[in-house]
Amino acid sequence: MVVCLKQVPMVSELPWDPATGTLRRELAEGMMNPACRAALEAALRIREAEGGEITAITMGPPMAEEVLREAIALGADRGVLLTDRKMAGSDTSVTSFTLARAIEKICPQFDLVLCGFATCDSETAQVGPQLAEELDVPGVGYVDEIAVSGQTVRMQRLSDNFLETLEMDLPGLITVTTGVYIPRHVPLGGLQAAFDTADIVTLDTASLGLDSERIGVKGSATKILNVTSPAAGKKNIVLTGTPKRIVEQLFERFDDKIGGAIGKDLKQDK
Amino acid sequence: MSVRKRAIWVFGDYRNYFQNRVTLQLLSRARDLAKKIDGEVCAVVFGYWTDEWVDDALSRNPTFCGVVGEYIAHGADKVYLTDHPRLAAYSMETYALLMERLAKREKPETILIGATTFGREFAPRVAKRLGTGLTADCIGLDINEEGFLLQTAPSFGGNLVAEIVTPERRPQMATVRPGTFQEIPHDTLRTGEVVKVPLPKDLPADRVRLIRVEHRPPRGRRIEDAKVVVCGGRGMGSKKKFAKLFELAELLNGEVGATRPVVYADWADHDALVGQAGKHIKPQILFSFGISGAIQHTAACNDAKFIIAVNKNPNAAMMKKADVAIVADASQLCTALIQELKRCIR
Repeated sequence: MVVCLKQVPMVSELPWDPATGTLRRELAEGMMNPACRAALEAALRIREAEGGEITAITMGPPMAEEVLREAIALGADRGVLLTDRKMAGSDTSVTSFTLARAIEKICPQFDLVLCGFATCDSETAQVGPQLAEELDVPGVGYVDEIAVSGQTVRMQRLSDNFLETLEMDLPGLITVTTGVYIPRHVPLGGLQAAFDTADIVTLDTASLGLDSERIGVKGSATKILNVTSPAAGKKNIVLTGTPKRIVEQLFERFDDKIGGAIGKDLKQDK
Repeated sequence: MSVRKRAIWVFGDYRNYFQNRVTLQLLSRARDLAKKIDGEVCAVVFGYWTDEWVDDALSRNPTFCGVVGEYIAHGADKVYLTDHPRLAAYSMETYALLMERLAKREKPETILIGATTFGREFAPRVAKRLGTGLTADCIGLDINEEGFLLQTAPSFGGNLVAEIVTPERRPQMATVRPGTFQEIPHDTLRTGEVVKVPLPKDLPADRVRLIRVEHRPPRGRRIEDAKVVVCGGRGMGSKKKFAKLFELAELLNGEVGATRPVVYADWADHDALVGQAGKHIKPQILFSFGISGAIQHTAACNDAKFIIAVNKNPNAAMMKKADVAIVADASQLCTALIQELKRCIR
């Protein structure tokens, strides 16, 4: 099994440079994306029932190695880090291309690839389905529950108000929601061991034999023209005091707004 | 020789027709865009029994028949239609293959797809097959001076908004969440062309098999559509105190939402979960009680027009995002608000 992981910033308000429009990611602490964590949990449970090996793979800056160490502490057998400056700025199509070539190189006999259904920083939910296309295997997204038996896998998911039970032959790819696979806690000793001893394989563009024109920002079809912060325009009025006094202020200043939304005139009854 | 018109395609996502209006909303936006490039709007429909009204079809099949006419009445100039028993149920791989082949043949300039669960998985596959870019969850679509599709999309949990173009490759592709655009009224006098596309003879068998499907219609009012949402987090203190939010929501004619810890603690149903794995909301007013503002939650409520947040901690992320940040105990403030509303509304 291969589990794809992504390190995402832990804070909800990312440090951001309004002059250049770029994110100051280096200031943010990283964590394993929650849906990726659920995908890893699903892999661990499948291994408990069916056996097998789990390879955790991530693409990102060198610090993304942390999520591989964490995955190993949780029970993954090995970690693979794809890191290269040339990979920076990849869109989802290029990311899935790069991941697919790495999986073909390190784990060509895979049965199942598991991904989180989406990441909480960019939220596109595109890499999983595109990775299935790249690997030319069947794939199912937004899966809540997985049952593997031999070379077939049965899945349940809720898709647009339809509860679907699906079946596919392996090898295949599944993206996992955070609904059912509640991640286990990291054993403290295991974490120490994972940082001290575990082997992490690091691959770059050259070792994957990739054409640098096809990857990273160069290979990406979409181009970002500019970035703005919608929160910046907000006034952020702060109200303090006793609850009664605050509620009075709220109604004095925003009765039209609240009344408009609820379809009632709050003023006339005062 | 006729010159091929520049075409904007909209994928006909007709499942849950009466609840899911996203295709109609996209047709409406596509009309505005088509005017700017002197192009045409085309809907693409794959299915079975899609071009006629069949009285008992609804009972047999939870999807909806007659969408071809509906799409024309709602703004399509042309409908590409593949109608075949094999397409009776949505199938990811088959639909992606049909879309790929049709797009390679007809070369549309733009393809718009509704960000339903299906659409969000379907669009990236089609984009991959066509070797083009795709912007997820656009909140705005326009045409810039160069004639490119200007795709405005939230990024980093909605904390930032990015303007994106696909400068070189075609088609330009985007997904759009339901409710982003307004549909144009049904016009029965509108006419359009229906282009029937036969099912390819070499269509491979589905590698993913649908074993069982059960329609789970949403119960009651949908929090996604609510004009007022009252969201509560752990800061409400207890299940009993959390229950006050239901009273408040009723007074405000709104719905109650909850964060993940609250749902886990069983203070609220999973249906109420507002977050990355739950509902995305876009109310006119969001009341946020005792919510610190983890990114998985804030990403799902960024589209709220006006946010009133209550928290003891003035530095909580949710408080920084709010239009009005109230520094107070969430439960006590909820009680005071209920009293004041009862006094005002009789």
